Amino acid sequence: MSHGTVMPVDGPATLEWSEKAKAEVADALSRYPVKRSAVLPVLWIAQREWGWLSPAAMRLVAGSVGLPESEVFGVATFYTMFNLVPVGRHHLQLCMTLSCSLMGADRLYKHLQKKLGVSHGETTKDGRYTLRKVECLAACGKGPCMQVGFDYHENLDEAKVDALLEKLK
Amino acid sequence: MSRGPLLFKDIDTPGLTGLDVYKKQGGYEAVASSVGKKTPDEVIEIVKASGLRGRGGAGFPTGLKWSFVPKQSPKARYIVCNADESEPGTFKDRELMELNPHLLIEGMILAGFAIGSHQGYIYLRGEFEYVQRILDKAIAEARAAGILGDNVMGSGYAFQLYTHLGAGAYICGEETALLSSLEGYRGQPRLKPPFPAVEGLYASPTVVNNVETLMAVPHIVKNGGAWYRQWGNEKSPGTKVFSVSGPVKRPGNYEVPLGYSMKSLIENECGGMRDGLKLKAIIPGGSSVPMLPAADLDTPLDYESMNAKGTFLGSGGVIVIDDKTCIVDALWNVTRFYQHESCGKCTPCREGTYWMSEVLERLENGTGRDADIDLLADVADNILGKSFCALGDAAAMPVQGALKHFRAEFEHHVKHKTCLVNRRREEVAGVRA
Ligand SMILES: Cc1cc2nc3c(=O)[nH]c(=O)nc-3n(C[C@H](O)[C@H](O)[C@H](O)COP(=O)(O)O)c2cc1C
Ligand code: FES
Repeated sequence: MSHGTVMPVDGPATLEWSEKAKAEVADALSRYPVKRSAVLPVLWIAQREWGWLSPAAMRLVAGSVGLPESEVFGVATFYTMFNLVPVGRHHLQLCMTLSCSLMGADRLYKHLQKKLGVSHGETTKDGRYTLRKVECLAACGKGPCMQVGFDYHENLDEAKVDALLEKLK
Repeated sequence: MSRGPLLFKDIDTPGLTGLDVYKKQGGYEAVASSVGKKTPDEVIEIVKASGLRGRGGAGFPTGLKWSFVPKQSPKARYIVCNADESEPGTFKDRELMELNPHLLIEGMILAGFAIGSHQGYIYLRGEFEYVQRILDKAIAEARAAGILGDNVMGSGYAFQLYTHLGAGAYICGEETALLSSLEGYRGQPRLKPPFPAVEGLYASPTVVNNVETLMAVPHIVKNGGAWYRQWGNEKSPGTKVFSVSGPVKRPGNYEVPLGYSMKSLIENECGGMRDGLKLKAIIPGGSSVPMLPAADLDTPLDYESMNAKGTFLGSGGVIVIDDKTCIVDALWNVTRFYQHESCGKCTPCREGTYWMSEVLERLENGTGRDADIDLLADVADNILGKSFCALGDAAAMPVQGALKHFRAEFEHHVKHKTCLVNRRREEVAGVRA
């Protein structure tokens, strides 16, 4: 858990929910007796809308769930799946935990590093890929595995990763 | 072919995620025959009689846990499903929910009815976004059919159910941290007691149960406690799903009766080791339990037999380690995981996991010192039982298990500055090619 020390990154000055997002925020709020419980669902909506959680996005979330901005920032920085900096179009999250590691994840990571020219947490210059090492994804029986965005890719090897990258334009 | 006696029996039936097919298999019969027809206490008694124990890791008797919820409560009561499935080596809940979402919904209705709850949440780890979509669809279908809502199947009992997506934090599998997260806070654990049954979600009586636990409930309520005991043994009744990973020929989820031979699971169900590899060690219950050497392979898969060997059945995440893998290296990987996932709240866990990782990194990289093995044991000993929640124990136990059974490999690292087995994880080829 936790992103370590995080400094707010500049982003757009202000953001507004789209009509669709507005309805989703209202639906999220309706699910709990306490408004604050909707903070994770509403952060997810914001991340889906803009790809990452800029200070402006967190301000908007804070307003929607009735919390101070600092509280929302505190929550968002605890959870590793929230992007506090912009990420590439394809977020490659390679599992490095034991079962996947026993099946070759470390070699696959080196392969990706070399092929993309970026390391953990970095984005390629063309903005296409962000590479990230992550922990167990509950796909251990089909390791090595990687999530691209929310999509699972399992039983991977170098050739399969190469073919996948080709498809992800 | 059926993949197990109960939860996996008909799980590969096409269309099972839809209400029609689920109902054709006898789905929602347990709700129809008990909600509003039996008393909540009668339902609890059936679950108690079955001997069902929690499948999330601790093996706590489910019926007993339900009976701790106050019968009269001025506050709302909640049932929460722990679908965080974050223990490394465990991937059963994901497949169970993906293939049979209505069984979980039915289990939640029954649990909710038994404890007098009218609202339930399914807390999913953030990575399970696609599972959330499957569940939401099934929930909407059940709601439209009057199975969820103000009048569950015409019984007069009201029950609402929602999914909730986490966002990446192993600690949120720990039940009190999960509740903090569900309330919209950082996912940090809370002091117990008070236990959730008395003061849980929104400081109200709450039961937290694992996915697999809740999925056993409809079968038990429908067929009776004694019927469930046709599988397993006196203290570990019923069936359990084991997630097997590592270099075996057929890794995957296998449901077997408790007490089943671990040796048979590996050699028969999983087809044995991949060619050219021998089994060296086995972690039977997710990465947080002490590993066993190959000599203990014939230990029966039940709670008591595992305890007798100094380890735990845990979540049923069976990780197989081969003879070409360095135990120091494997343990470093596991310890690094707990260091990364420590929530930072208490000192023994936050600092201890960091130091254990440091020492293991030194040992593995050939810069270990003579005193390092004792230092490692000492740090583990100072975490175990002394951390705020059980994450600290989860980090300390693998270290203790590895030192107990494979001390020679650690000593070799100190003396010769290199691995006893000459292979590092980064050299492992994509064995799946
Ligand atoms: C660090 C830690 C992580 C845990 N992770 C999970 C998990 O991912 N899934 C789960 O069901 N239980 C997990 N548990 C156990 C829960 O705290 C709780 O005991 C369980 O959900 C209760 O359900 P059960 O009685 O049905 O097993 C974890 C416990 C600890 C200490
Ligand atoms: S270890 Fe990679 S998914 Fe579990």
